Amino acid sequence: MKDAIIELTNVSKSFGGVIANHNVSLTVQRGAITGLIGPNGSGKTTLFNSIVGYHPIDSGSIRFEGQEISQLRVQEIARLGLLRTFQTTRIYGKMSCLQNMQISIPHRKARFVDMFSYERAGVVERAEHLLAFVGLHEKRFLRAGTLSFGQQKLLEFAMALMNEPTVLLLDEPTAGINPTLINGLIDRLKRANAEFGITMLIIEHNMRVIMNMANKIYCMAHGEMLAAGQPSEIQRDRNVIDAYLGSH
Amino acid sequence: MSRTPIHPLTIGLLLLIGVGAPLLFPAYGNQVAVLWLMIVFASTWDILGGQMGYNSLGNIFFFGAGMYTSAVVQIGLFYDVGMYTSGARTTHIVFTTAQYFTGFALGTIAAGVVAALLAVATSWVVFGLRGPYFAIGTLGVAVAAAELISSWEWVGAAAGISMPVFPGAPETQKLFFYFLLFGLAFAVLVGLRWLYSTSFGLAINAIRDDEEKAEAMGLHTRRYKRTAWTIAAFFLGIAGAIFGNMTGFIEPRDIAFPTTTFNIFMILMVLLGGKGTFWGPVVGAVVFQVIKEVTWTYFLGWQFVALGLLIVIIVVYFQQGIVGWLMERYPERFGIRVAPREKEKPARTIGLAPHAEGAE
Repeated sequence: MKDAIIELTNVSKSFGGVIANHNVSLTVQRGAITGLIGPNGSGKTTLFNSIVGYHPIDSGSIRFEGQEISQLRVQEIARLGLLRTFQTTRIYGKMSCLQNMQISIPHRKARFVDMFSYERAGVVERAEHLLAFVGLHEKRFLRAGTLSFGQQKLLEFAMALMNEPTVLLLDEPTAGINPTLINGLIDRLKRANAEFGITMLIIEHNMRVIMNMANKIYCMAHGEMLAAGQPSEIQRDRNVIDAYLGSH
Repeated sequence: MSRTPIHPLTIGLLLLIGVGAPLLFPAYGNQVAVLWLMIVFASTWDILGGQMGYNSLGNIFFFGAGMYTSAVVQIGLFYDVGMYTSGARTTHIVFTTAQYFTGFALGTIAAGVVAALLAVATSWVVFGLRGPYFAIGTLGVAVAAAELISSWEWVGAAAGISMPVFPGAPETQKLFFYFLLFGLAFAVLVGLRWLYSTSFGLAINAIRDDEEKAEAMGLHTRRYKRTAWTIAAFFLGIAGAIFGNMTGFIEPRDIAFPTTTFNIFMILMVLLGGKGTFWGPVVGAVVFQVIKEVTWTYFLGWQFVALGLLIVIIVVYFQQGIVGWLMERYPERFGIRVAPREKEKPARTIGLAPHAEGAE
């Protein structure tokens, strides 16, 4: 029993004369880990930005849980439970890790008076639990901006989990992380998927990582969807190999 | 940035200083009263400028708006405002004690409310802007307000309004306004301390550190920004009402909307004390007020040169401010922990030796 949680149909987006996405269609199944690969400049991040409402699309439709979201703004989409992380890590640098977590609670039902609320019961415990989950518990009182790049990436992941998303869009989660940490991160992503039931769409350049995790992989090139299928199929696909290695 | 509510001992100390100052230094009563006003200026500017990272150049707009609102209410309750302002130079109009105090009380409340409403109204425009554009946009609001009032005959235009005269001895008047300004500064400090201890503080800090991230996390960023701007405006409106009555005469360019003096002072005090810290604006206001009084007394004529020099020194050499510098130097005292610097390993030399003489 599979149902689509994100459905993109013929999404196009161009910046001036540059066509970043052309008639891209993609489906993410609920509860699955879906991969999105493609050479640099193939339009993966543009597609991500279109999904989360960072810029309006030129044509096509984006549906999240059956609801059309291509007209909504970034915050509204985030409050629906569709969350993204950034390629270059973004955290609140001058605040402690714990404060970073506390402000990342879901804002779905935030009312006006909630702006002035004190720490709600359980928020700190949950924050500490998730920091422990990504291995940052002993650094929870440190200023987030003083952490190393890899640790900031883990913190950003923990903040995303704190927000209790339905779907998590991860833009190159392992980029810039040292190889020994990558295994730990793969493990945590898989556990977040299995234990918290978070559906994931992941852009990744590291083939070992994405082949290992994803149930289904989409490959983009020159702004168009090139191929889709099981990891094993994608690995053998002639077009994908050509896109990466260049065909002459 | 402690997240705890204000300590009772601090409250006691503040009250002690506030009540004791005019008794200990009766000669400097006015200067200390203005110091409390400066603390209100600095602390309310820091809500946006320091805690939220939105450098406003137009906060003085609310000060002037409050001042004019209170004037119109105080006069309008008992006389026709247009008649009063046009006849001010030829006839002397007297307010009874009861008239004065009812008018003053209602005028001050109205000043706060109107300033807050104006903040909500302007927020739709100014928060479409970010960074330097926000600064210029807010400055535009303040300058435009000064120009509008300057040509509005009903409120006295550029000639200004003589405020109702305080019905009492000059000494009583001094103390009355002193304690009003102290009370306002006290309310601002306690109020802001509470505000920063709620999730509001965390949210506006998050907007300061990375607004795009905050949006991507679903934070109601507009709502927070508008509320912060409105809170600052409310207190500034009340400050304007009190200060207008204290000086007794108001006019648009130099008293109500002084974009080049009070408006710049509030930013300067925050930078001097340390932006984004709770006590920074207070420390900055005290130090600044001392520097200002000294230069105004001993270097009259050169005071703006001295002020300019101070701005240059702060911006070039001392951006973190006094409290900011202390927090950097002794982070543990402020409850901040930073990741320990990993000791740099001496770089292994490959090929070239690090020193010139070694290469030979």
